[in-house]
Amino acid sequence: MKYALLIYSQATADEYGAILDATRQADDSHGPWVEYTRAARDAGVLAGAEQLNHSETATSLRVQGGDRLITDGPFMETKEHLLGFYLVDVEDLDDALDWAARMPAHPGQTVEVRAALSGLPWQRVLAD
Amino acid sequence: MAAGPGGLAGATRLERAFREEWGAVVATLARRPGDLQAAEDAAADAFAAASVAWARDGVPPNPGAWLTVTAWRKAVDAYRVSGSRSTSVDPLILGEVAAGRAPAPDLAEADMTETLGDDRLGLIFACCHPALAEEVRVALALRFVTGLTTREIAAAFVVPEPTLAQRLVRAKRKIRESGIRFTLPSDQKRLAERLRSVLAVVYLVFNEGFASGGESLIRADLCDEAIWLGRLLHRLLPGDAETAGLLALMLLHHARAAARLDSAGRPVLLAGQDRTRWDQSRIAEGTRVLDEALALRSPGPYQLQAAIAALHSHAASFEETDWPQIALLYGALGRLAPSPVVEVNRSVAVGMADGGLAGLAVLSPVLASGALDSYGPLHAAHGFLLEKAGQPEQAGAAWARAAEMSGNPAVRDELLRRHGDTL
Repeated sequence: MKYALLIYSQATADEYGAILDATRQADDSHGPWVEYTRAARDAGVLAGAEQLNHSETATSLRVQGGDRLITDGPFMETKEHLLGFYLVDVEDLDDALDWAARMPAHPGQTVEVRAALSGLPWQRVLAD
Repeated sequence: MAAGPGGLAGATRLERAFREEWGAVVATLARRPGDLQAAEDAAADAFAAASVAWARDGVPPNPGAWLTVTAWRKAVDAYRVSGSRSTSVDPLILGEVAAGRAPAPDLAEADMTETLGDDRLGLIFACCHPALAEEVRVALALRFVTGLTTREIAAAFVVPEPTLAQRLVRAKRKIRESGIRFTLPSDQKRLAERLRSVLAVVYLVFNEGFASGGESLIRADLCDEAIWLGRLLHRLLPGDAETAGLLALMLLHHARAAARLDSAGRPVLLAGQDRTRWDQSRIAEGTRVLDEALALRSPGPYQLQAAIAALHSHAASFEETDWPQIALLYGALGRLAPSPVVEVNRSVAVGMADGGLAGLAVLSPVLASGALDSYGPLHAAHGFLLEKAGQPEQAGAAWARAAEMSGNPAVRDELLRRHGDTL
């Protein structure tokens, strides 16, 4: 069963920028996220992962009556923003929670664990 | 079987089988597909079939096995009717039935209990999963493990029935869709973590019934439900000290049930209870279970609270209670699970052991922190200790605060009466 481990953070754009700079400069073979990713890959559970730019850089779009309505900023203005996600393929919720618990923690970080659906018609396109 | 006494006996046995077997049947069915809705539907069908068949043919020698096999057949029928499009019954059920792995009706009772033990634990653990909200865990455990109806649970928790039914529907969906499994965690640390959540749910059910003080019969019944769950857990996990400790604690508290209310239904505080009305068989069982727990040499908060309750149970009177020992136990409890409520209780024990002023010294940091300002028992303890320390006027004010904070009308009357006495 696939689960998305959605990483939410309360870091501001500046704080997040500093974190990113530090991450980029760090020795790329030993950082905590490197080790976490390697552990998930070696366990054979890693199905995907992405890290996102800060929500301040987001652009939102709605289509109304054929017109595109483009606005600056995220869909919802909240203190917490989605920082990235891991997609793990594991046995059950407890295993998914374990992988969420093993993640390196930023201050004010919350991980939302959500089951992914399978067997939907659009997903068969990807399997073809 | 003819109508009349025989039919009645059949109905009673069905009722008993229902309470004893419901959780086991649901557990067996839910294990495979991990789907409580399908399991519940099949179990309900089986119990309905039993009420007809047993009234007609008599109760079978092993009602539990009869119900389980019938429920499996109903589940398979449901699966066949809905065809492969249904996700509610796993095709594996078909395989298990075909392979003859469903328990046969003539299986001995001991074998049944053994095969069902893990399933039933798995069901309890799933119902009490920390990924579910606390009030949802309580409702699930009462519905699926103890077999209370939705109406009974709604009445006990003073929630409209449709609200509770809706909550259960959502919870069942979350269990199925989020991948909460009906198996025990294999990792010891995770098992311990999950067991804590299970015990907390059982204790919550007990306290809900106990706190109602017999205000309503349905709510008081929750104590029996909690003890039933506690006995089941203790039987399934005999090596866990805190599981035994919780059962002992509930038995020892519940032993005082009859003495907690006077003839007019008003609450009687521990000091004024008629100790001859305490239930000696519950005290004996509670003490025995506590001894089993302590012998496992793995102390915990439930065992400490049970030990305190045991000291009360064996004391001839309030005054002759081993207060120094109780004060020590509350101290140990406070170190294991720090809480201002424990400090309030400790202050009373210290007050009884070493006098009102010593008790007030324990209580004053709690009063100063203001954390329990709206907690009635804090002010009742304050009043009690002030009175003991020879400060009746200040005691009166504390009793009045206690009365003001109490939500239970009967408790309020009792406190107001004391308020009057002091003045």
